[in-house]
Amino acid sequence: MHKSLLIDPQKCTSCLQCEMACSFEHEGAFNPAKSRIKVFEFEHGARAIPYTCTQCDEAWCMHACPVEAITLDAATGAKVVHEEICVGCKVCTIACPFGTVNYNADTGKVVKCDLCGGDPQCAEACPTGAITYVDASWTGYERMRNWAERLDAGA
Amino acid sequence: MSWQRRILRVNLSEGRAAPEPLNMEWAQDFLGERGLATKYLMENMDPGADPLGPDNVLIFATGPLSGTMASTSGRYAVVTKGPLTGAIACSNSGGKFGAELKFAGYDLLLLEGRAERPVYLHIVDDLVEILPADEIWGTSVWDTDAWLKQRHQNPQLKVAAVGVAGERGVKFACVVNDLHRAAGRSGVGAVMGSKNLKAIAVHGSVGVKVDDPKRFMQAVKETKAVLWDNAGRAELERVGTNAMIDVMQEFGGLPTRNFQEVQFEGVENINPSAMSARKPNGHTNLLTNKACFGCTIACGRIAHIDKEHFTVVNRREYWHASGGLEYETAYAFGSVVGVDDLDSLTFAGYMMNEHGMDPISFGVTLAAAMELYEMGVITKEDTDGVALHFGSAEALAVMAEKTGKHEGFGQVLGLGSKRLCEKYGHPELFMGVKGQEFAGYDSRALQGMGLGYATSNRGACHLKHDMFAEDMEDQTGQGKAKPCKDSQDRVAAVDSTGLCLFTTGAWGLEEFAAQLDAACEGEWTAERLTMVGERVWNLERQFNLAAGLTRADDTLPRRLLETPAPSGTGKGRVNELDVMLPEYYEARGWTPDGEPTTQTLQRLGLASL
Repeated sequence: MHKSLLIDPQKCTSCLQCEMACSFEHEGAFNPAKSRIKVFEFEHGARAIPYTCTQCDEAWCMHACPVEAITLDAATGAKVVHEEICVGCKVCTIACPFGTVNYNADTGKVVKCDLCGGDPQCAEACPTGAITYVDASWTGYERMRNWAERLDAGA
Repeated sequence: MSWQRRILRVNLSEGRAAPEPLNMEWAQDFLGERGLATKYLMENMDPGADPLGPDNVLIFATGPLSGTMASTSGRYAVVTKGPLTGAIACSNSGGKFGAELKFAGYDLLLLEGRAERPVYLHIVDDLVEILPADEIWGTSVWDTDAWLKQRHQNPQLKVAAVGVAGERGVKFACVVNDLHRAAGRSGVGAVMGSKNLKAIAVHGSVGVKVDDPKRFMQAVKETKAVLWDNAGRAELERVGTNAMIDVMQEFGGLPTRNFQEVQFEGVENINPSAMSARKPNGHTNLLTNKACFGCTIACGRIAHIDKEHFTVVNRREYWHASGGLEYETAYAFGSVVGVDDLDSLTFAGYMMNEHGMDPISFGVTLAAAMELYEMGVITKEDTDGVALHFGSAEALAVMAEKTGKHEGFGQVLGLGSKRLCEKYGHPELFMGVKGQEFAGYDSRALQGMGLGYATSNRGACHLKHDMFAEDMEDQTGQGKAKPCKDSQDRVAAVDSTGLCLFTTGAWGLEEFAAQLDAACEGEWTAERLTMVGERVWNLERQFNLAAGLTRADDTLPRRLLETPAPSGTGKGRVNELDVMLPEYYEARGWTPDGEPTTQTLQRLGLASL
C-alpha cells in the first residue's frame, strides 16, 4: 500500500514546524528557507495552506530529467532526486506544473519532497493534524466520513 | 551551537553595518534575548542618555532557542531605553521575524546613532544594506510591509516596522512585525523612529544548528507532549487570552472607566462568546486562530469587522481579516474606556497594528482623557469636536486613528497618560507606574500584581512576574513579596531563552533547561536559569538606578492605595504596597532604598559594574 501526504488547510495554524522538521531531516539544521514543504499565508494569516509535491504518477520532473537523476522509490511512490547524478540543469523545475521542485544555489542541485523514505517528518511534526500521511487510495476517507456524519445527524 | 555566535552592529549615523563575534562569556551569564540584550545595552550606552536622541541604543535580540524546533521558538525582544518611562524598555514579540533574524545568522542586532535621512535595513544572510526609505516614510506598517516585499521581489522577507506613530515620536509607539505581532510596550517604536529607521526586512537561509541533535529532538518531543496535553494550552488555542475577561469580571479585577470601577457591565458584548457569536446579518467577528513561529499553542485571534459597521462601511481597505481581540485589547479598548461595541474594539486593534502603537497605553490614556472630559477639565474645543464620554465607540475609533496618524487631539493622546494628566493639572488620574500604563488587572483585588506593577523595571507590566495563583487564592498582601520576587526571576529567565512565556502554564524551568542543555554549550539546569533570571533583573535595576530612577518610582497611583475597590472580591480593599515593598526589597537583597547591596551584586557576579 502506498501512502500519501494529506493536507487539511483548515487545521493549519502556520506555525511552520513542518518546515523546520523538513529542513532538519534533509539539511541537519532548522532552516525553513531550505524546506521542501512551504506554508503560504493569505489575508493577514486568516488562511494558511501548506503545499508540497504530490508525487505525480506520471511525474513531469522525472520524465523531463535528461540524466535520469529523478527516480521512483518503489516502496513509497516518491520521486527522488539523486544528488550525485543531478547536473543542476533545472529542466525539472520548468517541467513541474506545481513549482514543487526547486534549485538549491548552495549545492547546485535540485531539491524536492522525497517523503523522507516513508516517514515524512512534516507530518510527524505537525501539532494539529493539518498534515497527515495516509493510505494513498483513501485520502478522501475522513472527508467522506465527516459528510456521512452530517447525514447521520440529520436522520 | 544554538547561538549563531555572531551579532550585527549597525551605526546609522555613519551608515555602517558589520558583524562581530557574540561575546560568549556574556551569553553564558545572560543567556540570550532579554538578558543578553540588557547586558549589551548596559555596555554600549550611558543610561542617562536621551531615549529619543542618537546616543540611545536599540537592540533586537533572539534567544538560543529562537528558530529551533523547541515549541514557541519565534520570540525576540526589543531592548532600549524607553521614552515613555525613562527606564529600560524590554518588549517581547512573536510572529516570524525573530526566528528569521536568527536564520540569517545573527543572535542580536544592535543599532546605534541616527540616520541623517529615513532609511530601512535590508538583510539577506551576509548581505546587509542600509537603503533610503523616503518612499515609505509616512506610510503605514502594512503598506511598508507590502512595499518592501515588492521592491525586493522577495515575498519571503519578514518585516518589522514602525508606522507614523513611531516616526512622530508617539511615546507608546511600538514595533510591529509580520503585520500584527508587536514589541508593544514602553515606546520602543518611537526610539526606532527617532533613529530615522523605518523598517528592518530580513530573510535568512543559514539556519540554526544545535549541539546534540538527537538529545535535543527527544527533549523537544517530550516537552511538546507536556504542553499539548495541558488544559490551559487547549483553552488558549480554543478561546485565546480573552478567556481572562470573564474571570476578571467575576473576580472584580477588570479595570473599568479609568480604574474608577473594577467590573464592567458590558463585558458580555466583548468576551469570547461575543467574538464567536453569529449576528443576525450573518457576521461573526472571529475567523480562526493563528500561531507564531514554531508554536504549539496558537493563541492568536484572526478576526474581521462587519462591513456594515460605521467604522468601515465606506472603507473597503478594512474589510480584510487581521489580528483580533486579545484580553489586553478587550480591556484597553473595552472596560477601561467603558466601550462594549465589539466591531469598534476590533477596528481600534487594526489601527494599533497599522500605525504601530501599544493598545494598552493608548486605551488607558484615552480613559484618562475621558475622565478629564467627564469632569469638564477638557471640552470639545480640546478634542477636535469629539465628545469623549466614557462608553463612546465613536470616540474610541476616531481617537485610535488620530493618535496613529498623529493628528489633532491624537497628538495629545500620543503623549501617554502621565504627561496628558500633568498637562491638564490632574496627575493623580494617571493609572500606571514609571510613566507606563497598567495592564488589565486591578491591584486592589490582585495584591501581588500591584507589587509586580510597582517594581517592574519597564514600568507597569503584567508580564514580568506571575502571581495569579497566589492572588486568586489570597486577597491580602501577606506573604506576597517572596513569590513575586521568585516569579520575576523565573520570567526573566524564560524571556532570555527565545521561547514564549505562555508555555509556563505547562512547563517549569526544568523543561526549559532540558532543551537548552541539549541545544547549547554549557550545562543548563533549572537552578542556573533561576540565577540567570535574578542576574538579569538586577542588571535592569542597575540600568534604571543609573538612569536616575529611585525608590520613589516604585509606587502606585493614589486611587489604588487610598480609594477602596467598590465591588468584587477585593471590595473595600486598597493595595497594601506599604507592607509588601519593604519585604520585597529585603527578599531581593536590596537596601531599604531599593538598591542592590554589594553582597547581592557579588553573589550575582555583577559587582564590577
